[in-house]
Amino acid sequence: MVISDDLWVQAAAFAGAGFAVGFGAIGAALGEGYAAGRAGQAISHNPSMSDDIVKTMLIGQAVAESAGIFALVVAMLLVFKDVQGESLLNAFAYLGAGLSMGLAAIGSGVGSGLPAGAACEGTARQPAALSTIRTNMLVGSAVCQTPSVFGMVVAFMLIFIDWSDRPFWPTWAALLGAGISTGFSAIGPGLGNGITANEATLGVARQPETSGTLTNTMLIGLTVAQSTVIYGFLVSLILLFIPKPESMAMAAWAAPLSAGICMGLGGIGPGIGEGITAGYAVRRVARDVEQNVLLTRVMLVGQAVSESTGIYSLIVSLLLIFVI
Amino acid sequence: MEIQGADMVRAAALLGAGIAMGLGAIGPGVGEGYAAGKACEAIGRNPKEAGLLTRTMLVGQAVSESTGIYSLVVALLLIFVV
Repeated sequence: MVISDDLWVQAAAFAGAGFAVGFGAIGAALGEGYAAGRAGQAISHNPSMSDDIVKTMLIGQAVAESAGIFALVVAMLLVFKDVQGESLLNAFAYLGAGLSMGLAAIGSGVGSGLPAGAACEGTARQPAALSTIRTNMLVGSAVCQTPSVFGMVVAFMLIFIDWSDRPFWPTWAALLGAGISTGFSAIGPGLGNGITANEATLGVARQPETSGTLTNTMLIGLTVAQSTVIYGFLVSLILLFIPKPESMAMAAWAAPLSAGICMGLGGIGPGIGEGITAGYAVRRVARDVEQNVLLTRVMLVGQAVSESTGIYSLIVSLLLIFVI
Repeated sequence: MEIQGADMVRAAALLGAGIAMGLGAIGPGVGEGYAAGKACEAIGRNPKEAGLLTRTMLVGQAVSESTGIYSLVVALLLIFVV
């Protein structure tokens, strides 16, 4: 039996849709469930605030849901894509798109759920600061969503750009590697940002009058923790837009695929670690706002050291792409 | 397509380099971040000892970094030597 290219591309589009919405659903569901759990706990502490707590929970869950919705959009695009006459290269582009979107949504979904839960707890403890708590929660969980937006951008590029003028060998590995790179590297920053935003939201509930300083410190920490997903995105862009000459050698396709895996996995650890650092720093700033400058400095030094393995991964990826 | 033995070994070495550095980066990243976080907490409690605590944090992180450096060395060996 001979299977035509069209059928392979169709099969890959369906598989990619499955990866996208399957992986993507994990994060959003976990994050929302966690928020709901903490909302229940908060209501048990302060039943008179139950209306506001439920509202806060729903707002937070809606933000966490957006990662899942991005994944659903990419999956729908892949399911209903007309693949008539497309080259076999598109099969790998669709698989890469599904992986990029699905994996990237895991971290953002869980991460956004953490500040939502903290906001429910804070509302129960400090009902007077409700709007400050909600604002901080929204800022934090919106930043948590950026890694999944990177994943979606890479998925859209893989789906909508015409790759047919590239040689099949070794471009298929570059397309798959681009999806893997942004997808995996988005998991860490999404989760890490959630850990930081969780502490910041609790801090605002504890000391509402320091919310400006707290939100600033939180944003500095979040920005640094985002860096590894930006490396992952950078490696994806290099893999997608710097074409390689045709080559049937196995090393020619192993190198770009390996570069994607390297930067993707390498981005997970520093993202989570830097988020934990910023979380502790923000927690202390909430207790003693005078320490803000000193703590921000120590936080940045600690994050810079934690970043090092992400930078090693970037170097190895770039070596694999440009030196091999 | 004829698969050459040396070509296959080269491809496996390159894939191994990516997997080694990628997975090897996860642990030190999380561990060093945790160390730095706890140092921030301790300095917040006792700001007078900031210098001592920062030094301790950096020593701890340097030790935690070692497995990341092993991964980097192995990845570079796989790319350039093997």
